[in-house]
Amino acid sequence: MMTTQTSGDVRLSGISKTYDNGFTAVQPLDLTVPQGSFFALLGASGCGKTTTLRMIAGLEEPSSGTVHLGDQEVTHLPPYKRPVNTVFQSYALFPHLDIFENVAFGLRRRGIKSVKKQVDEMLDLVQLGEQARKKPHQLSGGQQQRVAVARALINHPKVLLLDEPLGALDLKLRRQMQLELKRIQTEVGITFVHVTHDQEEAMTMADTVAVMNGGRVEQLGSPTDLYENPRTTFVANFLGTSNLIEAEVDTRSGEDIVLKAGGGKLVLPGARCSAPAQAGGKVLVGIRPEKISLTHADDAGEIPAGRNRITGKIAHSSFIGVSTQYVVDSAVCPEFEVYAQNVDRDPRLVPGADVVLHWSPAHTFGLDAAQDIDAGVETAGEEAA
Amino acid sequence: MPFVNWLKRHLVVIAGLLTLSYLLLPNVVVTVFSFNKPKGRFNYEWQQFSTDAWKDPCGVADMCGSLGLSLQIAVWATLGATVLGTMIAFALVRYRFRARGAVNSLIFLPMAMPEVVMAASLLTLFLNMGAQLGFWTILIAHIMFCLSFVVTAVKARVMSMDPRLEQAAQDLYAGPAQTFLRVTLPIAAPGIAAGALLAFALSFDDFIITNFNAGSTVTFPMFVWGSAQRGTPVQINVIGTAMFLVAVLFVLAGMIIGNRRNRQKA
Repeated sequence: MMTTQTSGDVRLSGISKTYDNGFTAVQPLDLTVPQGSFFALLGASGCGKTTTLRMIAGLEEPSSGTVHLGDQEVTHLPPYKRPVNTVFQSYALFPHLDIFENVAFGLRRRGIKSVKKQVDEMLDLVQLGEQARKKPHQLSGGQQQRVAVARALINHPKVLLLDEPLGALDLKLRRQMQLELKRIQTEVGITFVHVTHDQEEAMTMADTVAVMNGGRVEQLGSPTDLYENPRTTFVANFLGTSNLIEAEVDTRSGEDIVLKAGGGKLVLPGARCSAPAQAGGKVLVGIRPEKISLTHADDAGEIPAGRNRITGKIAHSSFIGVSTQYVVDSAVCPEFEVYAQNVDRDPRLVPGADVVLHWSPAHTFGLDAAQDIDAGVETAGEEAA
Repeated sequence: MPFVNWLKRHLVVIAGLLTLSYLLLPNVVVTVFSFNKPKGRFNYEWQQFSTDAWKDPCGVADMCGSLGLSLQIAVWATLGATVLGTMIAFALVRYRFRARGAVNSLIFLPMAMPEVVMAASLLTLFLNMGAQLGFWTILIAHIMFCLSFVVTAVKARVMSMDPRLEQAAQDLYAGPAQTFLRVTLPIAAPGIAAGALLAFALSFDDFIITNFNAGSTVTFPMFVWGSAQRGTPVQINVIGTAMFLVAVLFVLAGMIIGNRRNRQKA
């Protein structure tokens, strides 16, 4: 087998897909997936992530643009001539073949005669050596999923494409399979492109995540980067939860931007603001719920200087073991979410209590106020339900 | 009221057994009377047990000839209708083309049309074309009316097939021909087999359409009809019973093979 150490990247250049009925699933898109990486395409249903994947697989013909695998252009190659394999949503195992023959399918089609050793090894890798002679319907969902992975991986593809492979599993099994897939990827070192609508799944598994919305890539980066520095409201809301406050730019002091929100002032590091911030302009200020501290209004004097502050009243609180989640009503933002670790619980922090919310300015991020402040909120909620 | 309670508890079983015997009673009569030794020409009254007819099944003039012809026509009609019907079914499910809806409904017309009307119109058609009535006109007619049944059976199967299975095959280096042979065909096979069996059964015992379009050719159903006017040889019952037994053997063999395969895999 040929090994191309340097140029095994998947390169999509300007590819788009418009269906015959005029619907554009993918807007012209440039994307490079580095060789050997675990890459996730994340987005709500209908965002174009599966279409993008299918164009890499060859199951969908791009309306424009090119697909390269390393140095080879594969844009118009049929799927059976591409060094790419797919793990399908709901697995698509061949019901008339047993597990062994399912896994051996790709080898046999390429005319390889002695498949036993390879198939046995692959079944051991996914811990299904005992099940080789069973039919797919006799296995559990998690086992079928592993057969689907084995069936694809045995061909040593340049890229393994995974189309929502864990969607049909229950939560516990899903967590287990996430780790399992990550282990297999590290072990075989093949590039994985993983399509999912589950932001937690994408963040747990992938080195790089591309967040897609409406046929475009909204933002691309490592999970930490996306979470800490979202550049659009969609990313801020779709990945985890964000509190977004509409604020007006007051002045710039050195590296920082000073903003007016409600009656108070908030400080935002200029480097963390993805919007142009001219004095008098609007900016959306974002802060993640776990970055915020909650102090009872009576102790407001003890809050160190230099922190961003907002006053409000606790509307709800729910205790969930490791943390307590508060919803705080304030003048600048009606439903402010705060997650507090249950280290030292203040018994006065109950619904109805007046509180001060405060956080380090370094944790604040700024977004363009021209966007829909709720983008990505409902879609994320729907998928989680 | 222990009896009423007993009845209530076993009502489903009793109803099932009654229905089953309603279904099977005619077969039992056919089998029993194949061992009869009738007085005179009609095999309608039980006289005494005899295996004469079984020992000499072709003892009646022309009967085995007509049986052979019927089997031959049934085999060819099954083949023709299955191949054409399978292709139509795939086309209807898999492809979007103009007049697809119309074709979909037209396929059902032969099933809905009264057989005797169709038989008469076919005869008109053949006579107008100057066709020689006989084996070929019968075969053409049989393929025609079997077609809709095959299409219906195969279509149901193809519709329930996940198109992703074929995509998976292509993704795993199977070209179009390999995909069809290795994945599509084996998965559609039960539907195709059901269609073929139906076609065989329909063709083998068709009387009305055959009778109109056979000319001087005599198939087995026509032979039975003809002899019923003059007297019914016991051999007819023998052939009927034998056909029934063959069918039962096929079903049993299928079940045993299926069971054994499942047990091996489990």
